[in-house]
Amino acid sequence: MSTSKARIGAVVRKEFTEFRRSRFILATMAVFPVLFLISPTATILATKASVSGTKLDNHIGLSLMILLLIPVFLPSTIAAYSVIGERDQGTLEPMLTTPIRREELLIGKAVANLVPAVGLAYLVFGIFLAVVAIGADPVVASAVWHAPQLIAEVFYVPLLAAWSIWVGLAISTKAGDNRVAQQLSTLASLPPFALIALMSFQVITPTLTIALSLAGALLVIDGAAYLLVSKLFDRERLITGTGANRVT
Amino acid sequence: MSWPGGSPSSGSGAGSGQRATVGAAAIEVSGLTKEFGRRTAVEDVSFSVARGEVFGFLGPNGAGKTTTVRILGTLIAPTAGSAVVAGIPLIRANEAEIRRRISIMPEAPGLYRRLTVTENLEFFARLYGLPDRQARMKEALDVVGLGDRAQDICGSLSKGLRQRVALARTLLNDPEVMFLDEPTSGLDPVAAHEVHGLINTLRQRGVTVFITTHRLDEAERLCDRVAILNTRLRTIGRPDELRHTLFSRSIAVTTAAPLGDPARVFTGLPAVQGWRADELSAGSTAGYVLTVSDPVRAAPEVTRALVAAGADVLSITEARHSLEDVYLELVEDQEGRSR
Ligand SMILES: Nc1ncnc2c1ncn2[C@@H]1O[C@H](COP(=O)(O)OP(=O)(O)OP(=O)(O)O)[C@@H](O)[C@H]1O
Ligand SMILES: [Mg+2]
Repeated sequence: MSTSKARIGAVVRKEFTEFRRSRFILATMAVFPVLFLISPTATILATKASVSGTKLDNHIGLSLMILLLIPVFLPSTIAAYSVIGERDQGTLEPMLTTPIRREELLIGKAVANLVPAVGLAYLVFGIFLAVVAIGADPVVASAVWHAPQLIAEVFYVPLLAAWSIWVGLAISTKAGDNRVAQQLSTLASLPPFALIALMSFQVITPTLTIALSLAGALLVIDGAAYLLVSKLFDRERLITGTGANRVT
Repeated sequence: MSWPGGSPSSGSGAGSGQRATVGAAAIEVSGLTKEFGRRTAVEDVSFSVARGEVFGFLGPNGAGKTTTVRILGTLIAPTAGSAVVAGIPLIRANEAEIRRRISIMPEAPGLYRRLTVTENLEFFARLYGLPDRQARMKEALDVVGLGDRAQDICGSLSKGLRQRVALARTLLNDPEVMFLDEPTSGLDPVAAHEVHGLINTLRQRGVTVFITTHRLDEAERLCDRVAILNTRLRTIGRPDELRHTLFSRSIAVTTAAPLGDPARVFTGLPAVQGWRADELSAGSTAGYVLTVSDPVRAAPEVTRALVAAGADVLSITEARHSLEDVYLELVEDQEGRSR
């Protein structure tokens, strides 16, 4: 039996409906982006055209890096929440008695997390660039718009988000407690982010080759993470392990 | 799918229409054992359930009922033993195929609290890949009497109503074998009665129903056969058969007043092997239950002995037992062992 798009679609739809009705998810999706938008925007708006080249580069690097925190933090939080949510509601057991395959469930959950996270991250990027174009000193604005790492970071958004989601799913299938799962997930999201931070500050010179190799490496890591997560996803443990399923 | 009492659908949906090989048992279990670490939840259990049978799985808390359902439902793997479910051998490669043909109502209803009743059902209908989702969902809801609550958020439903949503969910894929893990626990008598009605409808449609319960009256009323489990399988048979084999060889005596020395009256009678006082006798009358080798020969003998002892005999009958007696008898000598 092959992977079914219909079943993946069913999971995505179901997740979206749950997200829409969850105050926690809505609040997270609203607060995170705003939080991470304020500081970069303020930094750039406050930057004078007269500032030195290195300092300008640093400001831009910092701002773009903070924006990348959105795809790092947002999806892992939500992914952890969504697996633990199934367990708390006792819904995994009935779901796993249907013909759904674990790959379908995992991909469905990942897509449901990826879409809003990436969408929000791009939206915030867009708002940032627009505000900078309108409000910042024209010289500074032009420097931001032409920053060499800008295009690369556009690619990193979905790749980082995917990593963060797999980590979130992996940890929450193991951890018993929602809060612990979310904190661990957030921590584990950081390593690939660190690399990008180095590049944002141009410690690693962001040439096209390096940017692309990094993107490629992230892609490989994401693939490996997916394989690992689907290995970790042990039906028996999920059903008989901790959580509301042990009623007796 | 057409409820109630309709003919099985010939739809092209996954799992529907195509019944597995006729003749094979619906469920066949052999030497099933499940260990959780050092605790043995189920030990060397063997039984078989015929197609279309309503089979009761009775046992006290912790007896291993849910564990057995989970094993047969492909959710957890047995430590040892083998099984055939819906006519298909229970091995890893067959799990998906088995899951198409069965459905399970777990102990906890397991509904998405933020979704409406319809949204919950729709999710499962999609997972089963049902072609005629809307019609199936509507029928399933009508069967459990929830047609008018379809748009309610599940989190706002009472326990009994959630239970019914879960039941509707198990009907969606038109299963050959249904596992119901304590389907009436927490239901009021009216709702429980409706569930019983539904199970009878399923029986008429030829669905095999495997139902776990603590409720003996339920098992007795509904089930073609029952198995009594306490980690190990204690016994299995038709409810009346169980009562018969375990208790037919006893007679109940009622006298107008307690006997002065019952031991002297009953011991020494060739047909009587043992006796005990029946604490349940009402008013000033006294009751005794005698274990006998042959009630037909024992009854006159006992009567004569009682008359000789000067007792006023009110009745002598073959003792009637409920399934509860069987259950208590079988479970008590095991108590404490499995938990
Ligand atoms: N995941 C698990 N880990 C350890 N022990 C378990 C696990 N699941 C079940 N058990 C043990 O196995 C035994 C059987 O449990 P099970 O849930 O099957 O009983 P049950 O007959 O369904 O009981 P109840 O009537 O209370 O629902 C119990 O002693 C239980 O504690
Ligand atoms: Mg149970």
